[in-house]
Amino acid sequence: MENFEPVIVAFCCHYCAYTAADMAGSQRLPYPPNVKIVQVPCSGKVDALHIVTAFEKGADGVYVAGCLEGDCHFKNGNEKAARRVDYVKKYLEEIGIESERLEMVNMSAGMGHRFAQVATEITEKIRNLGPSPVKTAIAQ
Amino acid sequence: MITAERKPLEELIEYIKPFKRILLLGCNECVTVCAAGGRKEVGLLASGLQMAMLKAGNNIEIRQHTLERQCDPEYVEELVPMIDSADAVMSMACGCGVQQIAMRFKDKPVFPAVNTSFMGASERQGVWAERCQGCGNCLLGITGGICPIARCAKQLMNGPCGGSTGGNCEISEDVDCAWQLIWDRLKALGLQDMYLENVPAKDWRSGGGSGPRKIIREDLAE
Repeated sequence: MENFEPVIVAFCCHYCAYTAADMAGSQRLPYPPNVKIVQVPCSGKVDALHIVTAFEKGADGVYVAGCLEGDCHFKNGNEKAARRVDYVKKYLEEIGIESERLEMVNMSAGMGHRFAQVATEITEKIRNLGPSPVKTAIAQ
Repeated sequence: MITAERKPLEELIEYIKPFKRILLLGCNECVTVCAAGGRKEVGLLASGLQMAMLKAGNNIEIRQHTLERQCDPEYVEELVPMIDSADAVMSMACGCGVQQIAMRFKDKPVFPAVNTSFMGASERQGVWAERCQGCGNCLLGITGGICPIARCAKQLMNGPCGGSTGGNCEISEDVDCAWQLIWDRLKALGLQDMYLENVPAKDWRSGGGSGPRKIIREDLAE
């Protein structure tokens, strides 16, 4: 547990969070390398299956980062993503994975600071939760 | 379409616990449309079951396959090459599909992964509502295209009961009074005379009252 480095998958919308990550880089803002970014054309593109598969393949935490409410490039993909995340949270509980391991976050393309802050906060939260129960079961 | 909902994961785990190799089947028809048992739901369930079983210390093998139509024998035949490598089958199709698999593969345990619910229509994205009970003697022609069998809680045939208030059924404010809907529509169509037609007590023999039903088309049946 002491050396536990969580693997976190972040599904980032091309129009906001992905650009915000770029912005964080340009601003030389550090954020944990635990966060593995998957660029998506819109957070609404992220399917329940993508999220569940990430956990199955060994992710300790997953978050979906979409545009600020009302600012989706495709009208309301971020609202759909938020509803989907809520749905998958319930499914994770059924499976026996803590639903806190999955989050929906919103940010704009200019929020490099927020990107770095969210990445840090979520990494710390997952670090405190420990390895995903699925990963622990595989290790045993 | 026939609508369905996935059973709780806990119940499904109980079914498959004794087995190692599971064939998880979806159906491309109704259950795909109502997002209960299509290819995507099969993937989601396979992943969920795999993780839940791993957590319980069971490493199982789940093979996924989605048939075009599970209630049709010709599509079920597709499973012949893969059935031997499975200890049990779990089907996400409606009850008809599950039974078709059970009938074809007599030596394989078959478990349902969904609860088949009703014949319904889509009200809007993600919402399905009951519209037909398959009573075998359609009344829609005299009820303005609104079914009192499927949509009236009491299945009344000649107008509303005393529980109809402000267009709602007494069982819930979320349920429309079917007879209010029927009257409003007949009035809008200028067909109020139809409302006066006295419908005799329904003969339920065509609606399952005389046992399981069957349709035989002489020109098609082999």
